[in-house]
Amino acid sequence: MRAALRRILQLAVVLLCVSFFSFGLLSLAPGDPVVAIVGFAAPSQLKAIGHQLHFDRPFLVQYWDWLTGFLHGNLGHQYFGPTGEQNVSTALGHALPVSLQLMAYAMILTILIAIPLGVLAAYKSGTVIDKIINTTAFGSIAMPDFALALVLSYWVGVKLHWLPSQGYEYPTHDFVSHLQHMALPALSLAVGQIAGYMRLLRSDMVATLQEDFILMAKAKGITNRRILWRHALRPSSLTLLTVAGLNVGALIGGTVVIEIIFQLPGMGLLLYTAITERQFVMLQSLVAVIAVGYVIVNVLIDTLYTILDPRLRHARAIA
Amino acid sequence: MLAQSPSTVPDSDLATLEPSEPPKTGRFRRPRSQRLGIGAWAAIIWLGIVLVGAILIPILVHSNPNNNAIAGHSSQGLFKVASHPLGFDRNGDDMLLNLAKGARNSMLVSLGAVGFGLILGGGLGLVAGYFGRGVDGALTTLFNVLLSIPPFVLALSLITVFATTAIDKTGNQHPPSSTHRLIVLIIALGVVSVPTLGRITRANALQWSQREFVLAARAQGASNIRIMLREVLPNVLPAMFSIAFLAIAFVIVAEGGLSILGVGVLPPAVSWGNMIAGTRADLQTLPFELFEPILCIFFTVLSLNYLGDIVRSRFDVRESAI
Repeated sequence: MRAALRRILQLAVVLLCVSFFSFGLLSLAPGDPVVAIVGFAAPSQLKAIGHQLHFDRPFLVQYWDWLTGFLHGNLGHQYFGPTGEQNVSTALGHALPVSLQLMAYAMILTILIAIPLGVLAAYKSGTVIDKIINTTAFGSIAMPDFALALVLSYWVGVKLHWLPSQGYEYPTHDFVSHLQHMALPALSLAVGQIAGYMRLLRSDMVATLQEDFILMAKAKGITNRRILWRHALRPSSLTLLTVAGLNVGALIGGTVVIEIIFQLPGMGLLLYTAITERQFVMLQSLVAVIAVGYVIVNVLIDTLYTILDPRLRHARAIA
Repeated sequence: MLAQSPSTVPDSDLATLEPSEPPKTGRFRRPRSQRLGIGAWAAIIWLGIVLVGAILIPILVHSNPNNNAIAGHSSQGLFKVASHPLGFDRNGDDMLLNLAKGARNSMLVSLGAVGFGLILGGGLGLVAGYFGRGVDGALTTLFNVLLSIPPFVLALSLITVFATTAIDKTGNQHPPSSTHRLIVLIIALGVVSVPTLGRITRANALQWSQREFVLAARAQGASNIRIMLREVLPNVLPAMFSIAFLAIAFVIVAEGGLSILGVGVLPPAVSWGNMIAGTRADLQTLPFELFEPILCIFFTVLSLNYLGDIVRSRFDVRESAI
């Protein structure tokens, strides 16, 4: 219980620091923040917007206002010159599902491919099959996801015309076309992840297969298939969870870049807009949303960890 | 590695359990398992070629403005023009020269950023691991906060704020210079690698600081700084460097990703990343312009990962210690 409280406290501190960082970003920008936000405008307009954004108040008050606004879902506006504005939260509402879909497809692909490959490599460990799988995995870790995305969109999209090389389709509109549009982005994201998951699963299972309880299961005459999938794979679920935790950051970063290459209207494209059009308020909110999401996912993984492995609960309580 | 079978031997005892060296009679040969394999040599040679090429080629080969005259031939593809084995890009510049210049900037950014991370992150990690208690708690929280923003997003937001076109009150735009962008890029990616390098250093420093020789040094009246630098640091270095290999690879790739978002190395300066990003417009005509820098990144990252693995397994660095 005390451990749980401590974790929640830690989480609160981290979230506070993260939000402070995202907010502080804008004030760190060289020059007048209002000018940075809206660009060139008449001094009276600048003053009005500065007042509207609370830039005439002390820094900590600004932060507090921003934080409470953020918690209420008010993410500020996109500014088009001194007059035009658009809600960031509306834009986010359209973009977030696209990114989540992409990440979900990538994860599904990863799990569907990495686990069987990892199990196969562990079962055949030391053989040619194992070496081929392992070497391929090692190589594909070295392939940057954006490079793979460009190569795929060149070969499969532009040269062979098998799949669309750009664009997005809403799943509610035309689901098959939606999947076709998502196939290449999801695959380019997944390849690196597959390699990561597979390699760790393999080395983990090779160790598990040496354990006494596997020998025991064999002695009882249980089929190899059942031993592999039921007895040997199960203890590795923790390892898979660890890899998931380690890879979430790479997955988010990858999604941002991949979305730009395939022109998917997700968070990445929004970030791209924020950067190229210098929409600092939007950048601030996007970074905050991504960071908070990332922290929450990591906490979830951590919690899942303690649920799955009771030993850890005690170990953590001591530490 | 995370998934290595849990060793029953406590780390502090590992040093005493290492196989004793064979008697040095006659010619000493390392045991087979300790020799570098073909793969490692290939990796070292590739990295050597990249470094030497990055330094020498731009000095030896001058870009000839007349090259533009033969830019039309570039569509004939690879290996057509003997003196320009890697072809021309769409501006009629020699690809080999471009790749070498790109290697310069990619190496500059990655080595600079990881150097920054090693000094700052390593320093903080060493302090945290050595002093423990409150200092450790505060620094660990700092690392956790830095880690709680996805590294790529952290880097891109820093660069956007500090090195994109600024508009002043009169409406004039001030685009950053390539050098300015390069410096900010190095610092931003350096900041990103601080927590990773800091945590591995901390974890190792924590273990080594408990050893008897540290106690002995303290008993002899050595100062904290001296103990940290002379007793603890040398033992922690292998772990730091094995992670540094991975960090360099990460930075090279990250710079490419940032280039695609338009916040990588700023043209006219070239990097492998912005060469790749630049080809997005006309993949149809010049595919090799895309593939050549990709292969460069691929082999470099592969080599770094491979060497990192070797260093890690040799010095028994566990990622779980992070």
